[in-house]
Amino acid sequence: MALARAAPTVSSGVLRAAFGEALVAAGIAFMLALPLAGLRLPINPMDSVIFRPWWVVVAVATVFLGRLGLALWRARVAPSRRNGVPLLDRALAYILPWRRGIFVAFVLLVAILPLMPFADRRVIDLGAVVLIYVMLGWGLNIVVGLAGLLDLGYVAFYAVGAYSYTLLIIHLDLNFWAALPLAGAFAALFGVLLGFPVLRLRGDYLAIVTLGFGEMIRIILINWSSLTGGSEGITSIPTPTLFGLTFTAVPAPGETAFHQFFGIPFAGVHRIIFLYYLILALALLTHVFSMRIRRLPVGRAWEALREDEIAARALGLNPVMVKLSAFGLGAMFAGFAGAFFATRQGFINPSSFTFIESAIILAIVVLGGMGSQMGVILAALLLVLLPEVARDFAEFRMLLFGGAMVAVMVWRPRGLLAHREPTATLGDLSRGREPAP
Amino acid sequence: MSAAPLLLSVRAVEAFYGPVRALGGVSLDVFEGEIVTLIGANGAGKSTLLMTICGNPAAAAGTILFDGADITAEATHRIVRRGIAQSPEGRRIFPHMTVIENLLIGTTAAATDGVEDDLARVFDLFPVLKERTHQRGGTLSGGEQQMLAIARALMGRPRLLLLDEPSLGLAPIVVRRIFGVIGELNRAQGMTIFLVEQNAYHALALAHRGYVLANGEIVMQGTGAGLLADERIRAAYLEGGIA
Ligand SMILES: Nc1ncnc2c1ncn2[C@@H]1O[C@H](COP(=O)(O)OP(=O)(O)O)[C@@H](O)[C@H]1O
Ligand SMILES: [Mg+2]
Repeated sequence: MALARAAPTVSSGVLRAAFGEALVAAGIAFMLALPLAGLRLPINPMDSVIFRPWWVVVAVATVFLGRLGLALWRARVAPSRRNGVPLLDRALAYILPWRRGIFVAFVLLVAILPLMPFADRRVIDLGAVVLIYVMLGWGLNIVVGLAGLLDLGYVAFYAVGAYSYTLLIIHLDLNFWAALPLAGAFAALFGVLLGFPVLRLRGDYLAIVTLGFGEMIRIILINWSSLTGGSEGITSIPTPTLFGLTFTAVPAPGETAFHQFFGIPFAGVHRIIFLYYLILALALLTHVFSMRIRRLPVGRAWEALREDEIAARALGLNPVMVKLSAFGLGAMFAGFAGAFFATRQGFINPSSFTFIESAIILAIVVLGGMGSQMGVILAALLLVLLPEVARDFAEFRMLLFGGAMVAVMVWRPRGLLAHREPTATLGDLSRGREPAP
Repeated sequence: MSAAPLLLSVRAVEAFYGPVRALGGVSLDVFEGEIVTLIGANGAGKSTLLMTICGNPAAAAGTILFDGADITAEATHRIVRRGIAQSPEGRRIFPHMTVIENLLIGTTAAATDGVEDDLARVFDLFPVLKERTHQRGGTLSGGEQQMLAIARALMGRPRLLLLDEPSLGLAPIVVRRIFGVIGELNRAQGMTIFLVEQNAYHALALAHRGYVLANGEIVMQGTGAGLLADERIRAAYLEGGIA
């Protein structure tokens, strides 16, 4: 009753509901806080565990009061706001007409990043990592976002790209530009091979089989040591050259180094900048390809299959071709990215291709908003930079990371940018641009 | 009508869902230029028959001939590319794709040239779709979605149009509009139509001939007008149902 007087506009029913909600939250908090905050392991393993009841009391009380306050605030304030369009959507509606310009401006910014005064080695390197994930996100977007095939083993194609690139370079002595497309082709082949057995699977079942496929590839890489070097992997993969110019301080006889050709002093950062532009170019290639193929019949077929497979088949789409092309092309870009990864690192081993990589790439696609190209950029920035920034928080890093993911999914369940760009207009058609070949 | 060539011939076709037999030896004919209606209660197997004609699920027994060719065991996309288009039960338009994108998917079964003419033709038939060209399919009204489903099927330039309950869940005035267009399509363009309906009154009124399906078997057949006048049909399918 005392509480009811404090908040006279809240009915007793609402109050009771809020109270119940707070009790449940407090109960959960108690169960979590008891082992996590209440018990402390002693520094000396011989001593017994220290019990800290006050920590538990504080945690439970905080959650109880916080939840009660939230529930009451929602009941009083929120109903009037609930029908409104969320702030971010309103903001998006404003910038949507400018999206092309924004994208071009963004690409220009990204392109001049290495020339900025603050851009040291670490920044450019980090930029390259973000770009790798953007590229992987765009590649997986073809499979998951467009074709609607939930793939939890995408990292397998990244690995196939990295290893086939490395083996081609080392055993056949190919250069980067010859090995890159072959690595993509190998990965695409593996994509199609995976596609066959899973043609009839959807949703959860597909996810399980692709997950298994990803692990299989990794385990094969570990065990086929005569070819792959086992868990040690393969080292000393050469850096690609820029039209024959190498990035070494002292080039081998008969070769010219980048700094010699331009008559500038040698700097290790040249190589980093070169690699940055290389991955930028590869990522842009992926983007342009995705945008173009969406407007072709095959791209539209992917989306139709995602939306309604039965209807798509009844209209004459061959689901086998549609699915295999999505798996194959999606895998191809992972293969390109894998080749770049190998050449950037200079060494590869199976521990770079664990399930967590697949999970991060999928998280980028889902958080970004399935099928949204711009969403992938935002999510990749978030997922790569956040752990980097959070490095200062040491052991709370993953907690922060997980919290951010949960927050995005609570506030934007369809992803950060769920806008879907239409692939055809009547204008295009009357100008004779459709259907494209 | 018997002078026209036989376009679709279904002979003793059976279909199963696992162990459940949904069609128990169905036979029927559709001649070129006809509207043939199949009526039957909920669960009689009408949708199954349309899907089986399209090979999904494939017929377990019997034969299906389209334009003289045996399509019984063919893959769905091949059957469709021969010139059979379907507007499936529940419309099944692609909800996140725009009207024009839905229509372009429909062109899969046709040659790639002349898409603009096809578009102009379906926009003539359903002018409201032209106004909604860039709207997402899922945001259309039920009637508009049904028109889109029919238009999408027509974009494949079919010789036989299969319609599964186009009146499902629509207001009477919209139902009349859609049946009007179906009749027009048949009269003006000579489109052969196989129409499945629970709404027996409108469907039989429109049809040249009709069949009645019950528990997976054809139990009656006749001209549209003949069936409409039949006492048993009136009792079983029209009682209180004249929309
Ligand atoms: N996908 C399915 N799986 C199993 N049984 C089905 C399936 N679709 C339909 N059936 C069954 O087949 C019978 C015929 O269904 P259907 O063809 O949808 O009838 P109608 O279209 O005449 O209402 C029904 O008994 C129904 O329960
Ligand atoms: Mg039905």
